Amino acid sequence: MAKREVIYRHAAAVRITHWVNALVLLVLLMSGLQIFNAHSALYLGSKSNFDDPVMAMTAVREGGTVKGVTTILGYSFDTTGVFGLGGDPETGYQQRGFPWSVTLPGFRSLAMGRHWHFFFAWVFLFNGLACLIWSFGSGHLRRDLAPTGKELKHIGGSIAEHARLHFPKGEEAKRYNVLQKLSYLFVGLVLLPLMLLTGLTMSPGIDAAFPALLDVFGGRQSARTIHFIAAGGIVIFVAVHIVMVLISGVWNNLRSMITGRYAIEPAKEKP
Amino acid sequence: MTKAHGLDRRGFLARGLAVTSATLLGGCDELSSQPWVRRVLESAETLTRVTQRALLSPNDLAREYPEADLSRVFKANGSTNPPDPDYRAQAANGFADWMLQVGGLVEQPLQLSLAELRAMPSRTQITRHDCVEGWSCIGKWKGVKLSTLLARAQLKPEARYIVLHCADSLGRSGTEADKYYESIGLADAFHEQTILAYEMNDQTLPIPHGAPLRLRVERQLGYKMAKYVMGIEAVDSLANIRGGRGGYWEDRGYAWYAGI
Repeated sequence: MAKREVIYRHAAAVRITHWVNALVLLVLLMSGLQIFNAHSALYLGSKSNFDDPVMAMTAVREGGTVKGVTTILGYSFDTTGVFGLGGDPETGYQQRGFPWSVTLPGFRSLAMGRHWHFFFAWVFLFNGLACLIWSFGSGHLRRDLAPTGKELKHIGGSIAEHARLHFPKGEEAKRYNVLQKLSYLFVGLVLLPLMLLTGLTMSPGIDAAFPALLDVFGGRQSARTIHFIAAGGIVIFVAVHIVMVLISGVWNNLRSMITGRYAIEPAKEKP
Repeated sequence: MTKAHGLDRRGFLARGLAVTSATLLGGCDELSSQPWVRRVLESAETLTRVTQRALLSPNDLAREYPEADLSRVFKANGSTNPPDPDYRAQAANGFADWMLQVGGLVEQPLQLSLAELRAMPSRTQITRHDCVEGWSCIGKWKGVKLSTLLARAQLKPEARYIVLHCADSLGRSGTEADKYYESIGLADAFHEQTILAYEMNDQTLPIPHGAPLRLRVERQLGYKMAKYVMGIEAVDSLANIRGGRGGYWEDRGYAWYAGI
């Protein structure tokens, strides 16, 4: 029977850009919610049609009480205390989008939120470029991330294995499985670049230099909406990613992303 | 394991989580108030400004839209009806005695009435107004190109910024320290679409939008576009003006370069 084996799984470039990105995305998310709270509604097109948002978090006075209401595509939900309205009778109610406990800074400050956001946006850009260039140059993209035709053909089996929380062992565990490959590629080559481009489309300066961005995303307000949705996509990815790290051997996974070393459990011998 | 024990552990975990997150969040808020952290974060503004200046040719125009795209409701932000007594008197008089002062580092200081401004060559543009808060409205603006005024006043070679002095005070003290002001660099001052607008959507500029005269700097955010403009001053440095950061909101922590 094969023995437990320790392999060198993650190159230093992967480990460094991974952790930088983790920190950067957290700061960008929290400062982004601060910026969102300055006008907690989203629109489609070039301009804000204030009476026709695709999503809005507002405080609404109804009789003697005030409620937090979130409206999505015309459907309204009472979200008092969570979205739209915060505070309590003692400290006073406050109209706001997201709770200040998830924003950076943790109180209303659009100016500081913007400083945090744009500083870390530059770090995000440099870190992302470094990761991308290294991934192309070193063959990481081709060798470790590009799925093979065979893997794509058997994607159904891989989904079934994941759904049963069976994770590969032995030789299979030495490389990413096809679902990992596809989700990392989607986040790295689609979602994260989309965040950057829709973010830049909100800049009146960049729009003057590259007006095509406005056409690609359907206008500045559409770009802002896509930016918000894509951020939500990244939050979902990170949540699933963390769950998978936790249930597929948390210490082994963490060690491999810190030191690079990853233990491979032997596969059960086939009869 | 007893139930009480489980609750204790859960309570302990919950408390631990609350303390940890409060420490982390408090840490970030603490960081936000440290001058050195602000300096580091604000250094990104310089990088953004230099990069955008390199990417933007002086001739690059902000997109201009067709009439059909005009906003039905154009939100008015900041001051919408200045209570300042001098301004109220001017408004009551229909701005008949209002004069734009052009001074500072110029060879030929000017005083121009609204009628004189209207008699000068004009530019009309339908553009998108992007507020720092995140919303956008599209409006039609007619006014005098700032470059036309500056050419007439003849900037001295040492002039580097154009400061706009406004009639409205946003703060509550009602003193000079609360008066709105803004400043732009010469690249934006001489840009084709930088105008002092006296008309909006084919009407005389209404009070909520800055009557009788407001600035349009189409490649930057709304707070740069000073309303209720009373005077234009060419200067070589912003350091000695009010808070020293080049504008009302800038003195309150916002970026001077508002191209993003």
